[in-house]
Amino acid sequence: MASEAVYSHRGPMLKKRDDFEDLLEERRNSSDLRYALRCYTPVLYKGVAPCKTNMLKSMVLQSDQLHYVINQVSKETGRATGEVQEEASAILEEMAHSLQLSTIRFFAFILSKIFKTLFRGICVNEEGIQRLQQAIQEHPVVLLPSHRSYMDFLLMSYIMYTYDMALPVIAAGMDFMGMKFIGEMLRMSGAFFIRRSFGGDKLYWCVFSEYVKTILKNGFAPLEFFLEGTRSRTSKSLTPKLGLLNIVMDPFLKGEVFDVSLVPVSISYERVLEEALYARELLGIPKPKESTSGLFKARKVLSEDYGSIHVYFGQPISVRSLAQGRVNRCQFSLAPRHLPRRPSEEVQSFVSDSAYRLVGAQEENMVLKPWVLLVSLLLQDHHQHRGVGQKRGMSLDELTTQVVWLRDISRQYGAFLHWPDHVPPSEVVSSSLSLHRGLVRVSEGRVQLAVEQAGEPGSNLTPEEELLSQAVILLSCISYRNQGLHVFLRPALLASAIHAASSNQKQEVFNSFSFLRNMFSNEFILCPGATVQDFEEACYLLVKTGALQVTQDEVLVTERGHRTVGFLTSMLDPFLQGYQMVCRFLCEEATGSLTEKQFIPAVRKFIIRHLLSGSLRYTEVLSSDLQKNVLAALLRLGAVRKVKGFVRCHRL
Amino acid sequence: MKWNGWGYSDSRFLFNKKGQAEFTGKRYRLSGMIIPGLKDWFESTFGASLQHKTPPILNSGAVPPPTLNEAFVEELKSTGIPMSHEAEDRVFRSHGHCLHEIFALREGKVGRVPDMVVWPSCHNDVVKIVELACKHNVCVMPYGGGTSVSSALECPPEETRSIVSLDTSQMNRILWIDEKNLTAHVEAGIVGQDLERLLNESGYCTGHEPDSMEFSSLGGWVATRASGMKKNIYGNIEDLVVHVKMVTPRGVLEKSCQGPRMSTGPDVHHFIMGSEGTLGVVTEVTMKIRPMPEYQKYGSVVFPNFEQGVACLREVAKQRCAPASIRLMDNEQFQFGHALKPQVSSIFTSFLDGLKKFYITKFKGFDPSYLCVATLLFEGDREKVLQHEKQVYDIAAKFGGLAAGEDNGQRGYMLTFVIAYLRDLGMDYYVIGESFETSVPWDRVLDICRNVKARIVRECKDKGVQFPPLSTCRVTQTYDAGACVYFYFAFNYRGLSEPVHVYEQVEHAAREEILANGGSLSHHHGVGKLRKEWMPETVSNVGMGMLKSVKDYVDPNNIFGNRNLL
Repeated sequence: MASEAVYSHRGPMLKKRDDFEDLLEERRNSSDLRYALRCYTPVLYKGVAPCKTNMLKSMVLQSDQLHYVINQVSKETGRATGEVQEEASAILEEMAHSLQLSTIRFFAFILSKIFKTLFRGICVNEEGIQRLQQAIQEHPVVLLPSHRSYMDFLLMSYIMYTYDMALPVIAAGMDFMGMKFIGEMLRMSGAFFIRRSFGGDKLYWCVFSEYVKTILKNGFAPLEFFLEGTRSRTSKSLTPKLGLLNIVMDPFLKGEVFDVSLVPVSISYERVLEEALYARELLGIPKPKESTSGLFKARKVLSEDYGSIHVYFGQPISVRSLAQGRVNRCQFSLAPRHLPRRPSEEVQSFVSDSAYRLVGAQEENMVLKPWVLLVSLLLQDHHQHRGVGQKRGMSLDELTTQVVWLRDISRQYGAFLHWPDHVPPSEVVSSSLSLHRGLVRVSEGRVQLAVEQAGEPGSNLTPEEELLSQAVILLSCISYRNQGLHVFLRPALLASAIHAASSNQKQEVFNSFSFLRNMFSNEFILCPGATVQDFEEACYLLVKTGALQVTQDEVLVTERGHRTVGFLTSMLDPFLQGYQMVCRFLCEEATGSLTEKQFIPAVRKFIIRHLLSGSLRYTEVLSSDLQKNVLAALLRLGAVRKVKGFVRCHRL
Repeated sequence: MKWNGWGYSDSRFLFNKKGQAEFTGKRYRLSGMIIPGLKDWFESTFGASLQHKTPPILNSGAVPPPTLNEAFVEELKSTGIPMSHEAEDRVFRSHGHCLHEIFALREGKVGRVPDMVVWPSCHNDVVKIVELACKHNVCVMPYGGGTSVSSALECPPEETRSIVSLDTSQMNRILWIDEKNLTAHVEAGIVGQDLERLLNESGYCTGHEPDSMEFSSLGGWVATRASGMKKNIYGNIEDLVVHVKMVTPRGVLEKSCQGPRMSTGPDVHHFIMGSEGTLGVVTEVTMKIRPMPEYQKYGSVVFPNFEQGVACLREVAKQRCAPASIRLMDNEQFQFGHALKPQVSSIFTSFLDGLKKFYITKFKGFDPSYLCVATLLFEGDREKVLQHEKQVYDIAAKFGGLAAGEDNGQRGYMLTFVIAYLRDLGMDYYVIGESFETSVPWDRVLDICRNVKARIVRECKDKGVQFPPLSTCRVTQTYDAGACVYFYFAFNYRGLSEPVHVYEQVEHAAREEILANGGSLSHHHGVGKLRKEWMPETVSNVGMGMLKSVKDYVDPNNIFGNRNLL
């Protein structure tokens, strides 16, 4: 069953995964123009003809749901229904896509050129494509790609076009609309635009959800949206947003369609285009607003080598089998289905669990390059040898031996590692290093992160400025390390728990595991309520790799396990330190209340002070992502309270 | 009557030596005819083959010896009421017509059966039997026509007392007809077709025509809340009943007068209707009668697709102008009906058929794999019928419907009478099937039809059924607030080691799907033992408590121990 893929996604079994085909290979050998103009005849859901934009709009405007809400709004505000209707119509106009094949063909041509310059290859698992093709014919399909780059949705449409599949309709954030020309182009290539926040606006919500449901129910086109809601700046998966997932599950729960297939898609970039941009953003160096001219300035990126992209289309997951035994669909029998109703607790927790599983499925099929392992080792080395008067960096040989060790461990943990086995490890290492030469430096046979370069002597930088420019490099490196975090996360939580626990008693260790897991559940993808499973999985993996002995009531690190446990603890250490730092800030500096806006700059200042004084060694704590996550976690745990836009901290 | 299949012994489908299907006997319009299209339809729909036969095992198997309550038997003998503990009589009354029941019989398997059969001939006989049963703690199971499809007649295997099957078939008289009030007082054992025939002789009818009316009994209708095909004119059983007598362990339950409506607290008739033999035996019923209709006319409408058809039925219901019967068959059922067309008598008719087909598919552009048919039956005086007919056809036209002749309509109704015979034919060739029904609000009709049919297909696939199943439905009754939907489902079980188990799992899943889509547990088949697991969620725990407390009061010792419903 399709659902098993999700339910067992944390299963300790090693997954069998599909092979990849490079789709650019053909592009390099045949005419892009002919490709852009070729005959395009996708298979469709149950033979439904694609729906004209105007027909779709009128279906939405005529829906019972919208009528109901229009009348309601009109009653509440005293405005004429005609007026509200017009507003609805305007919202729809602002939102709706206007997919045109000619635009797609234009993009197909342009993107072929761009992709060939930027990337060595775009590798796609063709079996996944075939599964998707099958799914499209049987049920409405929702594509759920991971989101790391602006490229993502163009890339998705490009792939769908290449394999002659129905072009998706994509939910995009309104910020694109700022770029006039590009915005319209994207609209014509199938994007529709949603405002970032429309909390209380029921008319907007209704138009939006009806629009999505109409597309889905009739199977006019595959729907595509990003579960994470926005691009992850850290390469860690973001806590899933539930709004759209709620909407796409609704037609199934209410029996309006027999089933919906959810297809997680994992897009892994060997080098992210926005690499340095993200780091700056996280450090609070403001990002340029999306604008067309800005995009053209970014064209210097075209001259660089960004390695390859791997796109893995996961097993389609049937919403029906997800909901089997979880949701009692009879709850929708007692009221007309078009009345807006807040989802029941049962449905909410079902949607939330599903979302976590789907993001988990995305993570699981992310392709990891050797660089991810290398940079993890280099970062640990960087922090361990900070400020000590010995030689900086690691020797190439040492790095190679260590990375081979780490490779074997991560494989046992089920990582989807793309390691060319027919090439000697030393070559793998050197080619990885050369692709990321902006981030590492190799001299005299030693490798270290390129942080020193950032602050060359001679340039009159204040210590703070120097710190920040180093941080840009470090955060870039960290984003690569983060790509592999999900592989090590559970064992790392266990390793840290063992480290923190006062004894080797299993219960003690579990309690400390449970505490850490709870604390970090805004930071990493950890499905609520799965503590025991996660603990068991972590134990299983560490026992399997010989790092741990678990008896009836004791957990013991083995002799040869110290190295693994040490590595894992160091992986989580920056986060632990970071969380402690933010808490210290709240206790020491933020007496009384603090507005949310003041929080980030204030905590940043506090951290910079500690970094400069040497009492904190992890520069990554400067990342605003981490700081926000701590705040969210503290709010969730009730240590901090929100009072009308102010944050007030309880005595911790 | 057959003991291990449906209906009369002389009527059955078979494939003759030439491989053509024919229907034997003389009783039906289809009797004695060759049905040329059936074999192809049968083979292509199920992937079945005439080479692979599964004939029934004729040895009725070892029937366990009866557990008799000697004291009860002795005292009963003195009353002179006929009784029997012959194996054949007992087996015959041990089952209804669920697939698993018939399948077991064909394989010669017999489970717990009644220990004896009694044939009361009037109300007072029943009173005596029930008194004695209470005195000697014997379990009584009322038996009417034996057409149950809810496992209601299955003897509970855990029952250790002697089980007496109380066969009402000898209580089959019309006791009086009241022409002033248009009511008839009838003994409850009368079978539908006899009741209708006898009333017709006096120029009346009840108009209650369930598909099983050839065999089902008046008492059974009351005990299961039956529904008839022509309920749009005559009403369902609860609309037809004026007065009922039921013999219970506490005594006789009846009302004191025949007022057409009463405001006297909850209607005690509603404890009787749908009680499924758990509270007592219905012995006599006063029911409404009507003068026989002057004129009857069949009709049919072809729609380009099922959605349009449902929209049309909804409109007809909204305007409250439904004919005596209106049914909408989906495309699969239309094809099925088509396969049952008897051999045409002349070249002219076949030419005409071809022309019709050409007109609909080519000229009107209906896709033969989407189109569906509504069958209609009008009744009343001639003028009104014609007027009514026009009104309905005008509505149909608004939904793209084309009138498609009387013949198609009539064949549609015939299908419901012969389908049970067809199941026996299927069982000869590895095909098993069943029908089930539900009622559902209008706005969910399309969704429930689509989802339940798809669920059946998916479940069959998941359970290892090698061939795609037949999964089809029709909207068979219309109401103000919703409709009754009837599903047929059948599959070829070659390659399955436990076909009945698979079948039951699929049926169970289909019922879950119905409930999940806002459908009811049953529209007219009843609950029996087959569907009672869903009763608490259907009527709530409080509702269950209410029903149970009635049972506890009326029958504290569980004399009527068939364990249906609760």
